[in-house]
Amino acid sequence: MNLTGKAALVTGASRGIGREIALELARQGANVAVNFAGSEAKANEVVDEIKALGRDAFAVRCDVSNTEEVAEMVKATIDRFGKLDILVNNAGITKDNLLMRMKEEEWDDVININLKGVFLVTKAVTRQMMKQRVGRIINIASIVGVSGNPGQANYVAAKAGVIGLTKTTAKELATRNITVNAIAPGFITTDMTDKLSEEVKTEMLKQIPLARLGEPKDIAKITAFLASDDSSYITGQTFHVDGGMVM
Amino acid sequence: MAEVLERVTKIIVDRLGVDESQVTLEASFKDDLGADSLDVVELVMELEDEFDMEISDDDAEKISTVGDAVNYINSTK
Repeated sequence: MNLTGKAALVTGASRGIGREIALELARQGANVAVNFAGSEAKANEVVDEIKALGRDAFAVRCDVSNTEEVAEMVKATIDRFGKLDILVNNAGITKDNLLMRMKEEEWDDVININLKGVFLVTKAVTRQMMKQRVGRIINIASIVGVSGNPGQANYVAAKAGVIGLTKTTAKELATRNITVNAIAPGFITTDMTDKLSEEVKTEMLKQIPLARLGEPKDIAKITAFLASDDSSYITGQTFHVDGGMVM
Repeated sequence: MAEVLERVTKIIVDRLGVDESQVTLEASFKDDLGADSLDVVELVMELEDEFDMEISDDDAEKISTVGDAVNYINSTK
């Protein structure tokens, strides 16, 4: 167990990739704060699974784009675990539309959750991590933030922003032994990709050298590694976990 | 006043590894005491803990010398 005794906060952890990340961190020994925005019942299921592994966990409702709620979530996590070693910024939404049809509201909503949310939660945890002189921040970006993707101007802009934010945060916090990295998942089977049409999926598979979609565990495993002491010399990087789609 | 300066001085000496004699009211954290921007942020955090107060980002940006910090703390008491 290379995360034994560590305290983690995973945003958007009730479903999909975030859920699997929360469970994997717990399997490796960490206690986990399971953040959710809407699905409390699902978040509680994740908490129960983590507790069954013998770790501590609790569900915490928070809209990551709301400064006050973020402050409360981070405080609740530190109060519960006495420290905070690992932050995984995973919460995200999509509101896809062609640029020509995209409403300002669709743009704002996605930027607020997917980009501003990462800024707010990161800012809120840095105080604790700076005091501890150790910390791991892992941002879940997206491969489309690197490659671009039609119909996702808002999502792509937010995810590209997260990659830039990752690099800057990494440079600012390096002297305090806090590493910050991004993971750029390709097409991973989750509720988010289930919504895509068969036509789109078939087209996607043609672009993936490994010719299959990824699983949430593919993202969870590298997250656990980046959260561990073994990754101490890695910071500011973006890891493509996409079956070779973007090289 | 003296007590505040004493406590502030101790924090600065511990955090920045400077000699106590260098910590004068006029001393600038960055120019005279070798602090970088992040060091100043951390100093402010420690002052908040030490004096059990919250210093807003706007106010924190105005603190650049030892005297600024001492005056700020005294003004809020």
